[in-house]
Amino acid sequence: FVRHKMRAAGFLHGARRARHLCSLCHRRRFTTAVEIAGETQKMTMVAAINDALRVALRTDPAAVVFGEDVAFGGVFRASMNLVEEFGPERVLNMPINEQGLVGFGIGMAAVGGTAIAEVQFADYIFPAMDQICNEAAKFRYRSGNEFDVGGLTIRAPASAVGHGGHYHSQSPEAYFAHTPGLKVVYPRDAYTAKGLLLASIRDKNPVIFFEPKILYRASVGQVPVGDYELPLGKADILTAGKDITCVAWGAQVHVMTKACARAEADGISCEAIDLATIAPWDMHTIRTSVKKTGRLLVTHEAPLTGGFAGEIAATIQDECFDYLEAPIARVTGADTPFPLAFEKLYLPDELKVYDAIVRTANY
Amino acid sequence: MLFVHRVAPHGRRLSTYLKASPTVQRLIREHGLSEVPLKGSGPKGTVTPSDVQAAAMAKQMVDEAALLPISIDFKPMVGHLLETSSLPTSATTNKKELVEYYKKMYTMRRMEIAADVLYKGKFVKGFCHLYDGQEAVGMGIEAATTFADSIVTSYRDHTYQFTRGSSVAQVLGELLGKYIGPAKGKGGSMHMYSAKNNFYGGNGIVGAQVPIGAGLGFAHKYRGDGGVAFTLYGDGAANQGQIFEVVNMAALWQLPVIFVCENNQYGMGTATHRGSFDTEYHARGQYIPGIKVDGMNVLAVREAVKLAKAHALEHGPVMMEMDTYRYHGHSMSDPGITYRTRDEVSGVRSARDPVQLVKNWLTQYELVTSEEIKSIEQAVKKEVEEGVEAAKAAALPPHDELVRDIYFQQGGLEPRMCNL
Repeated sequence: FVRHKMRAAGFLHGARRARHLCSLCHRRRFTTAVEIAGETQKMTMVAAINDALRVALRTDPAAVVFGEDVAFGGVFRASMNLVEEFGPERVLNMPINEQGLVGFGIGMAAVGGTAIAEVQFADYIFPAMDQICNEAAKFRYRSGNEFDVGGLTIRAPASAVGHGGHYHSQSPEAYFAHTPGLKVVYPRDAYTAKGLLLASIRDKNPVIFFEPKILYRASVGQVPVGDYELPLGKADILTAGKDITCVAWGAQVHVMTKACARAEADGISCEAIDLATIAPWDMHTIRTSVKKTGRLLVTHEAPLTGGFAGEIAATIQDECFDYLEAPIARVTGADTPFPLAFEKLYLPDELKVYDAIVRTANY
Repeated sequence: MLFVHRVAPHGRRLSTYLKASPTVQRLIREHGLSEVPLKGSGPKGTVTPSDVQAAAMAKQMVDEAALLPISIDFKPMVGHLLETSSLPTSATTNKKELVEYYKKMYTMRRMEIAADVLYKGKFVKGFCHLYDGQEAVGMGIEAATTFADSIVTSYRDHTYQFTRGSSVAQVLGELLGKYIGPAKGKGGSMHMYSAKNNFYGGNGIVGAQVPIGAGLGFAHKYRGDGGVAFTLYGDGAANQGQIFEVVNMAALWQLPVIFVCENNQYGMGTATHRGSFDTEYHARGQYIPGIKVDGMNVLAVREAVKLAKAHALEHGPVMMEMDTYRYHGHSMSDPGITYRTRDEVSGVRSARDPVQLVKNWLTQYELVTSEEIKSIEQAVKKEVEEGVEAAKAAALPPHDELVRDIYFQQGGLEPRMCNL
C-alpha cells in the first residue's frame, strides 16, 4: 500500500484518509490527519523549519524556543525573526551549556511548558546525554506517570555536510533510539521537515529532531504556509517497486533514490522508503514491503557497528524470514570516527548503494 | 658578499667564494662568524686573521648591546586572592628578546592571514578559527615556559602549534589536510598536536580540553618533573560546568595547573556580559588565586605567566584571564561585524595591536634601524609564502589512513567498511 508517491520535486502530497485496516495483513494501520492547510509556497528546508517554529509559538502560548545563538536567528538562520515577533521571554539565547540547556528544558516541560531546545550541532549533544537518556527518557516511567516531559523537543542539525570533519558531521540517532522513552525523527526535505517538526513539538513525548544540515538550503519544495502535521512513526514509500525494498532517512534518502534510479535502468524495480521516524520505527510498512519484494537494503551515514540498520535487519529477518530471498544488505558509514580528509571514502555514496542493490537483487 | 660552505666528499669544508685559507676558515667558524660577510684586507682580497679578530670584536659588541637590559612598564594587573602589590608592573627585557618576539609574533600574524587567504581560495576545508590579534598571549606564554610544561587549548590553535615547534609549512599543511601536517592531515585546523613538545592540541568541543589540562597537571606532579600544565579556554567556554569540576579537583590536590581564559570579548557572536553573569573571569575559580593581564602586551603576559608558574609549582592552581581581542570573526564563516562595529575592530587595531606594540618598542628604544625591521619582515613574509607553497604542493595522506589510528596496534581489529 503506497502512502505517499513522489513523482517529481515539488509534487504536492494529497490528503488521504487512511482505511482502518491494512489490505495486505489486516493489521491496524496508523491513522493520519494530513490536511493541507491552504496555499503552499516554495521554501528551503531551513525556512520551513523556521516556519514550523513560528507556527508552534503562535499556536501554543506555553512554547519557548531556546539554544545557543537562537535569538540572533541561529547559526543556520533557523530561528530568524522569532524574537522580534514573540519577544525575548519566549526566544532565548543560551550560554555554551548543552547539559544545562537540556536540563533547563526538562524542567520547563515537567511543569507543562513546551520547551523547544536547539543543540547547535548534533555532535555537541553528548554533554547532554545524561539529561536526555537518564532524565527526559525516564521521567514518566520513574514517576509512574505523575510527571512527564512530553513538551520537550530537541532540534539538532546533523549528518555530513562535505567538510564538517569529526565534530560537525555526525548522525547520532542510534544512541537515542536505544533509549526507551525517547522518540527520534529525521526529515528528508522541506515539506517533511515542517510537518514532522510540528508533530514532534506537539507529540506528548520527548522527541529528538535531527535536521540534515546539508539540505538546509539545498532542499527546496512546495510547503504549506499554514499549520499541518505529518504523522510520527510512519514511513513514507517514495516509489513502489517489486524487486527490493530500500530504506533510508535524512539526506541519505536522496542518495538512495538516485541509486534506485540507476538500478531501475538495469531493470531492477526498487521500492524506496523514507523511514522518517527512527524511534518508534514503522515496522508495519517495512515488513509489508519486504513480504512483497523479498529483499531488503538499509542505508545510513552513521557507522556500521551498532548503527540503526542492524535493528531493522534483525527485526525483519525474525519476522519475514520465509519471505527473504537474499541476505539483508546494510550500506553505511565506515567504523571509523567521521574523517576530515576522507569523507568521500567514508560515506555510503550512490555507487556503493547501487552496487549493493544489484548484488542483493541478483543473489 | 655571500658565500656557501660546501662539504667536499672527504668531509672537509670548502669555501666557494670567500678567499680564506683553511686556518682562517677555522677561525671564522670558531668565532661564530660563518654568516657574517667579511671584508678581506690581505693581498688579493683574502681574509686575514686580524680581519677575523676585528669582525669578532664588532660582533661581541653588538651581542652585548643586544643584552643590555631595558625596563618597560605595562598596565597594572588585577589580582584575585593575590595582593596587588605582589604583582609586577614592569618587565626587564633586551633587544635580543624583543627582536625574537617580534619575529615570532609577526610570523604568527602573517601565517593566520595566509590561512585566511587559503580558506577563501577553498584550499582549506572545514572550519578555520584565526588567532590574529591575540598573538601576545601565545608569545607571552611561550616566552615564560619551556617544552617541559604542557599546553592544551581550544580550536584556535594554529599559532600554538607553531610556538610549540612546528613550521609554518607544517601548520598550513595540516589546514590543507596534507600528510606533512602534525596530525598527518587527519585533524585539520582544529586538531593539531605535538607529543614531543607537550602540546595537547587543538580541541573542537568547547571546554572539553580543560579537564584534560587538569589531568596533565596531575601527571606533572606525579612525575615530579617540575612542569606546569596550561589549560586554555575562551570567555564562551568559561561557563562550562566541567571547568568548575576540575578547578575543584586541582585545588583539592594542589595540582600545578594554570587555567587561562583567553577573553577576546566575544563567545562567537555573544558579548561577554550577555553570556556570563560574572565577567571577572580571573576570579571565577573563586577559591583559587587569579590574575587578570593586559593580553595585548607580550611582556605583561610573560611576567604574569612567570608569576603564575612559580605559584602553581609551590601552592597549586591559578586562574589567569588574558584581556585580548580577535580581529577576525569567530571562524571564517563569521564576518565578525554583525555583533560589533568595524570601528571597534579598527580601533583596537590602531590603539592596541600586539605586534605593532613590539615594533614600537624596537623603534622607540632605538634598538633596530628601519632597514633591519624591514629585512625581518621580508624574511618572515618569505617564510610564510614558502610555507604556503610547500603546503599546497605536499601530498595528501594515503587512503589507508582512513582506517589507521583508531585503536592501539590495530592488526586484527580492522574496522568494517561497506565498499564496492
